[in-house]
Amino acid sequence: MAVLHPPPARAGRPPRRRRWRFNSAYLFIAPSLVLIAVFIAEPIVQSGWMSLHDWTIGSSDNPFVGLGNYTALWHDSRFWNALRVTVVYTAAVTVGQVVLGLAIAARLRRTTWYSSLLRTAYFFPYIASLVVVGVIWKFLLDPQVGLINAWLSDLGVSSPPNWLQSTSLALPTVIAVGLWKNVGFTMIVLLAGMQQVPADLYEAATLDGAGPWRRFLHVTLPALRPSLLFTSLIATVTGLQLFDLVFAMTGGGPIFSTESVVMYLYQKGFVEFDMGYASAIAWVLFVIILAVSAVQLRVARYRDDD
Amino acid sequence: MTTDTSQRSITASVSRDEDGSPLPLPRVLRLFGSLGGAAAWLVVIAGALGILLPFAWMLGVAFRTNADLYADPARIVPDQWTLHGVRAVLDQLPFTQLIVNTFVFAGGTTLLLLLFDSMTAFALARLRFRGQNVIFLLILATLMVPFQITLVPVFLTLFHLGWLNSYQGLILPRATSALGIFLLRQSFRQLPRELDEAARIDGAGSFTVYWRIILPNSKPILATLFIIQFAALWNDFLWPLVISSLTRMQTLPAALTLFSSQSGVDHAALMAGAAISLTPLALAFLLLQRFFVQGVATTGLK
Repeated sequence: MAVLHPPPARAGRPPRRRRWRFNSAYLFIAPSLVLIAVFIAEPIVQSGWMSLHDWTIGSSDNPFVGLGNYTALWHDSRFWNALRVTVVYTAAVTVGQVVLGLAIAARLRRTTWYSSLLRTAYFFPYIASLVVVGVIWKFLLDPQVGLINAWLSDLGVSSPPNWLQSTSLALPTVIAVGLWKNVGFTMIVLLAGMQQVPADLYEAATLDGAGPWRRFLHVTLPALRPSLLFTSLIATVTGLQLFDLVFAMTGGGPIFSTESVVMYLYQKGFVEFDMGYASAIAWVLFVIILAVSAVQLRVARYRDDD
Repeated sequence: MTTDTSQRSITASVSRDEDGSPLPLPRVLRLFGSLGGAAAWLVVIAGALGILLPFAWMLGVAFRTNADLYADPARIVPDQWTLHGVRAVLDQLPFTQLIVNTFVFAGGTTLLLLLFDSMTAFALARLRFRGQNVIFLLILATLMVPFQITLVPVFLTLFHLGWLNSYQGLILPRATSALGIFLLRQSFRQLPRELDEAARIDGAGSFTVYWRIILPNSKPILATLFIIQFAALWNDFLWPLVISSLTRMQTLPAALTLFSSQSGVDHAALMAGAAISLTPLALAFLLLQRFFVQGVATTGLK
């Protein structure tokens, strides 16, 4: 990776007998390192250790169960359901975000006052809190006071759907809201990528007789590959950690139809206080995130080579 | 990595006019180049209105009576305006306390984080010490681990320390970030070495170089990181939800969400609360859009 640099060359070995002198650099790194050690590094190890135990808050002993939590997870249909919900949400939002974000960015590429205004509008939901927009949407979709169904019945729809109370519609609704929230992020990143494309590439393509569509396909898209990778990676990793939106909009219901992996983890760890099981869920999630990111990076690099 | 390129270019996307594919058409025709182009613009404009609609509706509900809302939910603009919602949310939630909590949590954590991260980044970028590369690699490695892994053990640690429902419990575990260290280190490395050397010849120690040379020359990246971190923490949900269970120690997102799930909740009060909780970031965003966009394009906010 680009971040690795060879250590600075030293002029010969320092003399062995020189007394150890305190290096003030350690003072500079001390606060961060202590915090990382106590609140990140040690908890990672402890989490792995806990996932091998039947660890419940309040119980007097927490027996070692080996991989018991993981095998229980393998046979836990509620976990598989949560995994399915999470994967469906992540795939739908990531693909939707990239496709819509690309379409909007292509339209708003030139910087004029109206496209700046539209960019601001599209980006705005991204800075808002996920739970707060989740709450707004929950009431916007409410069958009694919500604007959406009020408009639908004004349009003549006799029985507008009960979006968040339906097991078949709840997940697609949450996906739509996730998309609404995040599409501006992809748009902004892709706009940034588009500014990088040298203008003479377009001129050359135009001289070769390429129309706008072919210029987009053969000049813009290949140049956007790093930005597309960046946004789809971020969308995937945050999608797999889906929690806030579900918590605010449905609480995981109806009948678990929107319960995500992190939602289930929260339920196990902080409602039922089954910390060993919750830790096992966290580790499985970690492995899934690592694997998916690795695949995405792999695919992107593979295309780069040909 | 992609971070560098997007960071450099994003300012351009906002401030500089860019004209990739030259079209020899007058301005008006360029805007509506064809019927298809016009249709595409209509879709994009309709989409933007759809994006903003929930916020407009939120403001409408916040300032109308519940009777008015039930009578005609299809309307966005209230028939009669009222401050009942604002008063009700101040009444039903310890709202001032929640705002203070959120400010202390987001502001305090961000300030500490900038201080600690910049110190570490300075040592990594400008000083030499034994174990430098190993430490940098270890910091980078923690970037890959999702936050949910550490949540359970950190909760237990804070429980044993008696730090649940306290500011230090909310703030300290979040007061450093590997991403912040990484971004600041990359930025500090780009400052010319001559700055440090000149200062050191004048007798400056490491701390003076850090405080008087490096930090003042890194204001844009520090501002960007401040805004991004502050926004992320202001909006943070799972962490404050788990660490503070007492209402008086909660932050706005957690308190509002729990409030919204009560049965028979006052809609005007809820939307007034939502509007108030969105206001600081919305204002900051409209005023400091460049930093927001730059930071988000570099880090993805979370």
